[in-house]
Amino acid sequence: VTVRAPGKSLALHLAVLGMLFVIQFVLPAYHHTNVARILVLAAYALGYNVLLGYTGLMSLGHAMFFAAGMYGAGLPVYYLGLAGAGAMALGIIAGVALAFLFGLVALRTSGVSFLIVSLMVAQALYLASLHFNEITLGDQGFIVSLGLTEAAKYNAALALFAAALLACLALRLSPVGRVLVAIRENEERTRLLGYDSFRYRLLSLVVSGGIAAAAGAAYTLLFSYAGSTFASILFSIYPLLWTLLGGVGTLLGPLVGTGLMFYLVDYASSLTSAYLLLVGIALVVLVLWFPQGILGTMRARWLPWLP
Amino acid sequence: VVSAFVLALTALGLSLVFGVMRIVNVAHGEFFMLGAVLAWACASVVAHPLAGFAAALVVAPLLVGAVALAADRLILRRLDYHPEGTIVATIGLLYILQQAVLTLYGPDARPVASPFYFTVAFPWFGYSGYKLLVGLFSATLLAGAWLVLTRTRLGLYMRAAQQDLEMAQAFGVPARRVYAAVFALGAMLAALAGVLVVPIEQAHYLMGLDPLLLSFIVVVLGGLGNLRGTLLAAFLVGISDGVVSVFFSPTLAKIVATLLVAAVLVVKPSGLFAQERS
Repeated sequence: VTVRAPGKSLALHLAVLGMLFVIQFVLPAYHHTNVARILVLAAYALGYNVLLGYTGLMSLGHAMFFAAGMYGAGLPVYYLGLAGAGAMALGIIAGVALAFLFGLVALRTSGVSFLIVSLMVAQALYLASLHFNEITLGDQGFIVSLGLTEAAKYNAALALFAAALLACLALRLSPVGRVLVAIRENEERTRLLGYDSFRYRLLSLVVSGGIAAAAGAAYTLLFSYAGSTFASILFSIYPLLWTLLGGVGTLLGPLVGTGLMFYLVDYASSLTSAYLLLVGIALVVLVLWFPQGILGTMRARWLPWLP
Repeated sequence: VVSAFVLALTALGLSLVFGVMRIVNVAHGEFFMLGAVLAWACASVVAHPLAGFAAALVVAPLLVGAVALAADRLILRRLDYHPEGTIVATIGLLYILQQAVLTLYGPDARPVASPFYFTVAFPWFGYSGYKLLVGLFSATLLAGAWLVLTRTRLGLYMRAAQQDLEMAQAFGVPARRVYAAVFALGAMLAALAGVLVVPIEQAHYLMGLDPLLLSFIVVVLGGLGNLRGTLLAAFLVGISDGVVSVFFSPTLAKIVATLLVAAVLVVKPSGLFAQERS
């Protein structure tokens, strides 16, 4: 599937980013913080979508990349008092390195086997973050504070999201992105055309893990907390849910899905402690009736040019 | 050793489902949890511990089997048993069951009295009678499952559907009914394991995760989709003390075991006990 009208889609994405910049001046304080969080988490979902939406590999272990970014950035700040930018870079490096090593081994499998391998490795690393709790402080986690203002946090989150979005758009429009989609559609045929599918899959995993790690690092630096919870299975399932809800393989889907689910869970958790019920129902409903998600359905019905 | 038998039962359920239907049931641990919670419910309704235990052995598998049948009919069949779609759906099912139990049963861990107390005294050590019974009961169930698989028409259908679904259908195997039966059977095995474990451990709404991961380990070691291999592995892993000590030992051992399984899946996806398919 080629992307039609790249100019039109670029304009749309810039308009969305512009709108996200403008609304920070009108949002009430509570929603201001929420939207900043949503932007960081949406960047995480964007990273997830690179692997699932473009390359067609479903992972149940992306929390390990998010957590790699989180600890890669958080630990140096906590123990060494490193500054924000350096910590961010370390977080991304940690995630990219993990994704590369994991990919070298795990990408020898695909489909359901890959899914289970990613689940197992992520679970092992989650347990490791509990086991080495003298360093990571385990479940309890630790607090890092860079003393940023709310406006600085919002704009940093927006900058991260914009960078991730434009990177994904560029990847999607590039020849490399087309090879990734070709692998999703028919890996055998892509290989016969002379593309080394392993290298392309590894590339997409590294990009995906790198973006997820950047989101994890930003989450810790902006919202001042790192803990094992973010490495647990639930945080591997969340990006899957957000991406499915918004639309797998669409560029703005992860933002839509993350925003919607964030507010739904936020509202439900004020009503009941069993708010994860919503997550379960959403997953079943999506997979049964809306496998293309919100934007995927819109694209199929009305907006064929949507990237 | 007792928890080994319980694990073997749970893993057998998961491997049956994976072997025949080629789907990964992420909600399998929740069927185990439901069994345990239902055992608690039976024990609190029926005053006498032994009668309550006996009631739970009947009620829990039936109710959980019904839940599984409904899930198969309403969700899995509509997805046409698509591998990744069913994984997403069963993750959803996991949270639906788990959170429903949280709502109805609450967040506490609750104990169930052992149906009877007596200690079998061997010359060199004493052994709890209940644990001995669990071992015997599980062994019987495992043997029964093996017999069903190798000696009955349903078992023949299962093996046929596993080897070549289209060919099996061409020969008149009612695939949909076999799938529904397998899914319900797998869930019932997990529920029975839950009933058996609850006098030893306590019933809690989050107790499904550990057996789920352990069952994954068993199924992977036995070989994805290799029915006899997984049955063998469930039994071998279940009774081997090494893995059981992993279950209860510190986190580090769990980490190593989990990574090992991932490695097996990458290096030797047919499993450690791969054998020629007959």
